[in-house]
Amino acid sequence: MSEVLQTWFDRAQAQGPSLPGARAPWLANARQRSLDRFMAEGWPTTRHKDWRHTSLAFLQQQKFDGSRGTPSGFDLEALRQGQNGHWMVFVDGRFEAGLSRIGSLPEGVRIAPLAQVLAGDAGQLEASLGQAEEGGSPAALNLALAADGAYVELAARTSLDEPLHLVHIAAGAGAASFPRSVVLLGQGASATLVEHYLGSAGSFTLTNTVLRGRLERDARLTHLKVQQEHAEAFHLASVDIQQDEGSTYESHSISFGARLARNDIATRFNGRHCHALLNGLFYADGRRHVDHHTCIDHARPDSTSHEYYRGILSDSAQGVFTGRIQVRQGADGTDAIQRSDNLLLSRTARVTSQPELEIYADDVKCAHGATVGQIDEESLFYLRSRGLSEPHAHGVMTYAFAAQALQRIALEPMRRRVAATVRALLPGGSLLGDIA
Amino acid sequence: MLEIKDLHVKIGQKEILRGLDLSVGAGEVHAIMGPNGSGKSTLAQVLAGRENFHIESGSITWNGRDLCSMPIEERAREGLFMAFQYPIEIPGVSNAYFLRAAVNAVRRHRGEPELDAMDFLTLVKAEMKTVGMKEEFLYRSVNEGFSGGEKKRNEVLQMSLLQPSLAVLDETDSGLDIDALRVVAEGVNRLRSPDRALIVITHYQRLLEYIVPDHVHVLSAGRIAHSGGRELALELEERGYGWIKKEAVQGKEASA
Repeated sequence: MSEVLQTWFDRAQAQGPSLPGARAPWLANARQRSLDRFMAEGWPTTRHKDWRHTSLAFLQQQKFDGSRGTPSGFDLEALRQGQNGHWMVFVDGRFEAGLSRIGSLPEGVRIAPLAQVLAGDAGQLEASLGQAEEGGSPAALNLALAADGAYVELAARTSLDEPLHLVHIAAGAGAASFPRSVVLLGQGASATLVEHYLGSAGSFTLTNTVLRGRLERDARLTHLKVQQEHAEAFHLASVDIQQDEGSTYESHSISFGARLARNDIATRFNGRHCHALLNGLFYADGRRHVDHHTCIDHARPDSTSHEYYRGILSDSAQGVFTGRIQVRQGADGTDAIQRSDNLLLSRTARVTSQPELEIYADDVKCAHGATVGQIDEESLFYLRSRGLSEPHAHGVMTYAFAAQALQRIALEPMRRRVAATVRALLPGGSLLGDIA
Repeated sequence: MLEIKDLHVKIGQKEILRGLDLSVGAGEVHAIMGPNGSGKSTLAQVLAGRENFHIESGSITWNGRDLCSMPIEERAREGLFMAFQYPIEIPGVSNAYFLRAAVNAVRRHRGEPELDAMDFLTLVKAEMKTVGMKEEFLYRSVNEGFSGGEKKRNEVLQMSLLQPSLAVLDETDSGLDIDALRVVAEGVNRLRSPDRALIVITHYQRLLEYIVPDHVHVLSAGRIAHSGGRELALELEERGYGWIKKEAVQGKEASA
């Protein structure tokens, strides 16, 4: 066993007995099996087909001592900016009641820290917390070590009118966090979930996060994720959704931060007439790396999936998009669209985009396409011919590229917030004034 | 105001303008006509500062300055405006933002205070009314999904907002129905003043019924082959461009 893995093993052994729900045999068992799996497989290497373009070698060289920090200078009000909604704040993976404001909830809606649910009645999570065998080995390590996260449960036909915000802050020097959240939407229920990932610079941190969702018949989940961790952060995220008939899952993954960010997003249609929108926008500069790896499982007929990822890469940054679409035998009437569009702002930036289509049904529409390009010279000329400086014109065109992803966020106030965040983080953003 | 002398311009290996001379004074409206491929649009693009055209020789002097040494945006800020033959679509950027950014870039250059969103809206809505554009065009992406006529109206709107001292209209009339043509012409005519000059590039005489030029030039094979008053435009309408080409060939033979 390598020294690198031993550290994680020791940590899991040490923490195991004190993790919430440790006395529930099924949970202790699931954690042990997850740890065993992670120890057997280790971190994925580039020899693994799902990790060919993303190397975790540098992550393995870092030591994460698991210390917890205090989010100095973090101000929830600054993030909220008067927005309503339910706010849960997690610092280095642990719920911070003092910083959170869950507020009052409609009848039939339960929102609680996962640790609280595990400590109280772990049994109710047995079916939904997840299995050791699911996802990649990082997700297994998450299950072995997950101590907290959000537990969200909506009874049939209930809806959360205001969004639930989960704010994850990497605060401690060398902190490693393993949040795991569970979202269960009953028949016809609907909710909007907004995840924020933030972190203060200073040292290497690891966020290994898992979100599991179960959407019953006709349920609707809109999931926004805004990842803006600091440039020394490693961010490994895994989203796993199960959709019943007529349900809708909307994912908007805005990935702008972290030295290395990997987003696995998977959804499975277990009934007919499901719909999934997977919308993504990522940006990396310097030598940073960002990877979206999606999997849409059309297991049943008559469902639609629309997938649009846009990447902006500058300097020597690297972007990766892999879009796997499985259309199983009998899943006729499937309508899938996949697009990957990328903007390179330098000669040394790189992007890899690959569709992986596995189609075993006959009556299927499956369109996919990928582009890689630079800022259009004609457009720059047009803008400059109206008096805009060259940097301003570049900024406008970069933002314009991003804006086409933001336009898919249907919630107007949310879109405006995200647009403002994106504008501030893009090159030339400071020149753009109130473009959005 | 504008003095072009013996201008030779290449794109790639191909020489498009071959010794073009043109003098435009303040308050004047010049029409430049000519068959396809004669170099009309190249002239417009060179004036606006398009970078993939190579100026081999000759000079362009604008208000005593060497225009060729001025960056694209500086020309615009100093009051040069080219209405594009094919306005560019910019999905993701609202027309309102684009128009205000342009107006404020020019205002900053002139040392005037920038317009805030409210003041700008008041101004732009008034101008839109005069060019017959609905307000919704402010909130749509720049030129995206606009019809040909709407794009041209948007060009005229930009021109009215920026109040250039030298405006170059590159086939602004192409593809316009008669109503849109009138709107464009009215926009141009509103701009006419003793301290402004206009260069109207067109293939057809039609536009010149609405924008009456002081001078008409015929461009052929990269140089001005004929100059005259507005009656020249009518003659071209009647006789076509064939005789100009013939004359140009004969002239070349005679001078050889």
